[in-house]
Amino acid sequence: MKNIKEILQERILVLDGAMGTMLQRYKFTEADFRGERFKDWKSPLQGNNDLLSLTQPEAIADVHRKYFEAGADIVETNTFSSTTIAMADYHMEELVYELNFESARIAKMVADEFTAKEPDKPRFVAGSIGPTNKTASMSPDVNDPGFRAISFDELRIAYKQQIEALLDGGADILLVETVFDTLNAKAALFAIEEVKEERNIDVPIMVSGTITDASGRTLSGQTAEAFLISISHIPILSVGFNCALGANQLVPHLEVLSNKTDYAVSAHPNAGLPNAFGEYDETPEQMAGQIKEYMEKGLVNIVGGCCGTTPEHITAIAELVKDYDPRSLVVAG
Amino acid sequence: MIEGNSKIPSTDNERPATRYLKLSGLEPLIVTPESNFVNVGERTNVAGSKKFLRLIKEEKFEEALDVARDQVENGAQIIDINMDDGLIDGKEAMVKFLNLVIAEPDISRVPIMIDSSKWEIIEAGLQVVQGKCVVNSISLKEGEAEFIHHAKLIKRYGAAVIVMAFDETGQADNYERRIEISKRSYDVLVNKVGFAPEDIIFDLNIFPVATGMDEHKLNALDFIRATKWVRENLPYCSVSGGVSNVSFSFRGNNPVREAMHSVFLYHAIKAGMNMGIVNPTMLEIYDDIPKDLLEMVEDVILNRRDDATERLLDFAESVIGKAKESKIDLSWREEPLQDRITRALVKGIDQYIVEDVEAARLSVDKPIEVIEGHLMTGMNVVGDLFGSGKMFLPQVVKSARVMKKAVAHLLPYIEEEKLKNPQEGDDQGNGKILMATVKGDVHDIGKNIVSVVLACNNYEIVDLGVMVPPEKIIAEAIAHNVDAIGLSGLITPSLDEMVHLAKEMERQNFKVPLLIGGATTSKAHTAVKIDPQYKNAVVHVNDASRAVTVVGDLLQKETSTAYKASVKTDYEEFRKQFAKRGKHKEYRTLSEARKNKFKIDWDIATIVKPNQQGIQVLEDFELRKLEDFIDWTPFFRSWELHGKYPDILTDDIVGEQATELFGDARKMLQQIFDEKWLKAKAVFGLFQANTINDDDIEVVSGENTIIFRTLRQQLKKRDGVPNTALSDFIAPKESGPVDYMGFFCVSTGFGTDEVSEKYRKDLDDYNSIMVKALADRLAEAFAEYLHKQVRTEHWGYASNEDLTKEDLIKEAYKGIRPAPGYPACPDHLEKLTIWKLLGVKEKIGVELTDSLAMWPAASVSGYYFGNPEARYFGLGKIKEDQVKDFADRKGISFEEAAKWLAPNIADD
Repeated sequence: MKNIKEILQERILVLDGAMGTMLQRYKFTEADFRGERFKDWKSPLQGNNDLLSLTQPEAIADVHRKYFEAGADIVETNTFSSTTIAMADYHMEELVYELNFESARIAKMVADEFTAKEPDKPRFVAGSIGPTNKTASMSPDVNDPGFRAISFDELRIAYKQQIEALLDGGADILLVETVFDTLNAKAALFAIEEVKEERNIDVPIMVSGTITDASGRTLSGQTAEAFLISISHIPILSVGFNCALGANQLVPHLEVLSNKTDYAVSAHPNAGLPNAFGEYDETPEQMAGQIKEYMEKGLVNIVGGCCGTTPEHITAIAELVKDYDPRSLVVAG
Repeated sequence: MIEGNSKIPSTDNERPATRYLKLSGLEPLIVTPESNFVNVGERTNVAGSKKFLRLIKEEKFEEALDVARDQVENGAQIIDINMDDGLIDGKEAMVKFLNLVIAEPDISRVPIMIDSSKWEIIEAGLQVVQGKCVVNSISLKEGEAEFIHHAKLIKRYGAAVIVMAFDETGQADNYERRIEISKRSYDVLVNKVGFAPEDIIFDLNIFPVATGMDEHKLNALDFIRATKWVRENLPYCSVSGGVSNVSFSFRGNNPVREAMHSVFLYHAIKAGMNMGIVNPTMLEIYDDIPKDLLEMVEDVILNRRDDATERLLDFAESVIGKAKESKIDLSWREEPLQDRITRALVKGIDQYIVEDVEAARLSVDKPIEVIEGHLMTGMNVVGDLFGSGKMFLPQVVKSARVMKKAVAHLLPYIEEEKLKNPQEGDDQGNGKILMATVKGDVHDIGKNIVSVVLACNNYEIVDLGVMVPPEKIIAEAIAHNVDAIGLSGLITPSLDEMVHLAKEMERQNFKVPLLIGGATTSKAHTAVKIDPQYKNAVVHVNDASRAVTVVGDLLQKETSTAYKASVKTDYEEFRKQFAKRGKHKEYRTLSEARKNKFKIDWDIATIVKPNQQGIQVLEDFELRKLEDFIDWTPFFRSWELHGKYPDILTDDIVGEQATELFGDARKMLQQIFDEKWLKAKAVFGLFQANTINDDDIEVVSGENTIIFRTLRQQLKKRDGVPNTALSDFIAPKESGPVDYMGFFCVSTGFGTDEVSEKYRKDLDDYNSIMVKALADRLAEAFAEYLHKQVRTEHWGYASNEDLTKEDLIKEAYKGIRPAPGYPACPDHLEKLTIWKLLGVKEKIGVELTDSLAMWPAASVSGYYFGNPEARYFGLGKIKEDQVKDFADRKGISFEEAAKWLAPNIADD
């Protein structure tokens, strides 16, 4: 099987679309979320999508399957919030290892099915590492700008636990994503380096930041280039942006990355900006039309979708990218 | 030997675009070969900025953030933050301050340099900053294992690193060591740690040049050569350093320092130095450096000639202060009239004041309105700034000079107006104050300063000058109907004069407040001795800045009564406390004290016979020779700028003012030298001498024998601590050997009064005070100089001594030169003995007043003791038995002795 770095030289890889949007279609109730195992859990569990890997594993496998069918090369594990920090809301800190392990295992199982069917197109699992719900370099209290709700070490420890479980479950790639505070990402990267050293392994890392609004900066205030510099100290597979903006709005920021880095560049935008009801209504054709600009400008090596995207969007994207060469990479081997 | 180029792992060579030092705050900073020199801000460093240290200690984080913000606004591309101070928790302060910095986008847009010698502080800093920082610094000092450990973590935290040229054996201080350590550090980082070479910044140690030491001559050149080597042989790395170090030996001389920084940078940057800590305000533009200065500075930096340092030092004297003058910004002349007048007053610029005041006069109905309006508005600003500590005394005195010139211009018009409308235009000042230096005393610098400051605050001053007899003070006070009387004095007998005057004021039923000031006065003396003599207010005021508040409180109707009462109560309370405290002390009787004298074993003591005995006179001594002997610290103190020279010049609070004052002082000093304003004279003599009867010294001068009396400590001290008298340092007659002692009087004061008066007539109090302050410094310098000549030549007991100026100020020399009126011999009466022995008045013209003050004031007299065991001490308090004994020995009445020794007699 070809290694992902080699494949990146040859073609544009397609990442999957939204997990949450797909799960909404199942209209799971509180009881569905709880399943048999958590029927007596002390706090409400509806909305804890990551938990569905334990209580509705078939549904999760099914979503992965749909994205692979749509043409995705990489799917993300259902672990965006699977850290002790984010799970504290549901009092599920103790389940973090299991959540990550199971999610990775399910995704890997489905990926292996597809790779077996189509060995020329190996499928990969990216362990999704979300930002958590706390920020290490911003104060949640406007009256006390020096206060921090979480420390670097707390984040590092939580991330390390998630990373170990994702790798144990079979993740091929680690995806530090939706980075709105670069310091959180640096804690994740620090933890990854520790695990790599302890296990004496190498693992491809994708980092994906989030430009929150028209200011063109991350929530923690960095420009695209400052963000790039801040996370380039360890060897990564790709750097990119996801979420918050639609494909159009991401163009100038992807141009910065594309011009300034020798790493691969990724993008998984939302299906446009949300409408008045908080829904994403950009059609697959519309979105693919915008992503075409990425191709024409040679901006990206990996492309997929975030909030509001579906297998239909991914199909449109996968169809599109076939006709284009990837952004050229200087990096070899 | 150093091997050739270091090798970069080959795979990395294939990513050329990343081979620049890239840093980030909220915004990127990329250092390419085309980049200009990267300037690192250094004011947010507790080790380098007293102000920042104070703010952090006092937890004034808002203001500390302003310091950081100012730096970024002024062009710092990186800010260095250092919290290494013994008195603060560095780790906590670092984290707290960084968290606050991160919350300020206008600061945190630039990358941060986390600066500490402690790893735990560095690591704590790295954990709170999202951008790519620089760690300052690591080195091989503690060995390779620790170096690797820290480098690995820095890499993982995602920071660049400054590597100091330091290894297990020490800091690199020459070319070879610099490249040896850099190469080794680089190879370890790149090959063993996998550190990106572009993230390595070498600090190759910038050390001072022109220190006068031969081994420092190559300091700058070695740095520059090593920089070139590093940039050529260690691919992709950067070179940095703290630039101001190079000019350390010219502290206080900013024009020369600025030129040195520019020249150093010019060559270092050409060699490849691409970032550094530079104060942008301390940098002259290379092309703007005058050609002669440039040549001399380059000679020093590049070590081009053997006498480069001496030449620059000589030249430095002449450039001090010049550079600033050339950069006068006249844009303020475009501002509205009131703003111009206020600015002239605040900045002390008298150049345009007559022009502006004339314009103001033409704009009002009556000339007095200019004083009451325009000028007072400006002086109120001066008063507020001074009161809030934002302006310093020398500046206020300059403001007064401007004010006086303005008023002088208006006076004829005001007189004219008065003739037209006699009922109007009377003074409506804040009050009238009489100022005088008391009878027998000639010192008036402090008094003049207080007068000027009060005048600035719209008080009318009746200045009676120096040596004013009490009758005259009383008569003038009545004649002028003054609102307060201020007395000043420097020597101890003046204290008695003040007591006497207070009694007289009481007897003549005075009501006005009495202000007491001068070096010898104290709250204790005022409260205990003067206050009880006068029923009305007596206040001790020892600095000009307080004088304004005190006089205001005393004279303003609203505050007067309450303030006077509170001072009375305060002094009464003080007296009670003082009385209690006095009782705890125990004294020895004089005979007991004599038994416990300071012992020198005269059987083995080396007594050096002077090379030249007898009296010698120095006339018209070349003042310039004294320049190097000046102790500047007391000069600043006389202007109420407190701090040690030369550090005071760079002090965060008073540094600017001190530097300006120092520049003015140096300028006048050159004029004094060049135009021979003052005459320096000295008389001194070395004689055979032996102690007799414990406390007296018999001095043999030719046919004559003169007895010099000393006083002995009587305070009971712990066992083994002697009760010393100066006579203990001279061999007793009965012990056998002939011993020796010296006497001297120096003066640099001839001419001072004339120059000072000339300035005063020109309404220039600033220079009037300046010349007196400088004459005082020169007199002290002369005493220091002469003492050295005596030690090394005339007496010659220390012919091999090699002491620096600092050693002299610290009194590190052998033997002592106590002066009558000072702690070891507070008795002024013995000055008469010196005068008689040396013929001081006849030979050099220095006279003694009724109170035994020397005239001219800028004079120093005293004794030389050559014994290596001799040391300075304070007499402390003595008891009545010694006063009586002293009176008997001197053949004067007990009362007279008690009067002269009063300040030292213990209260029972």
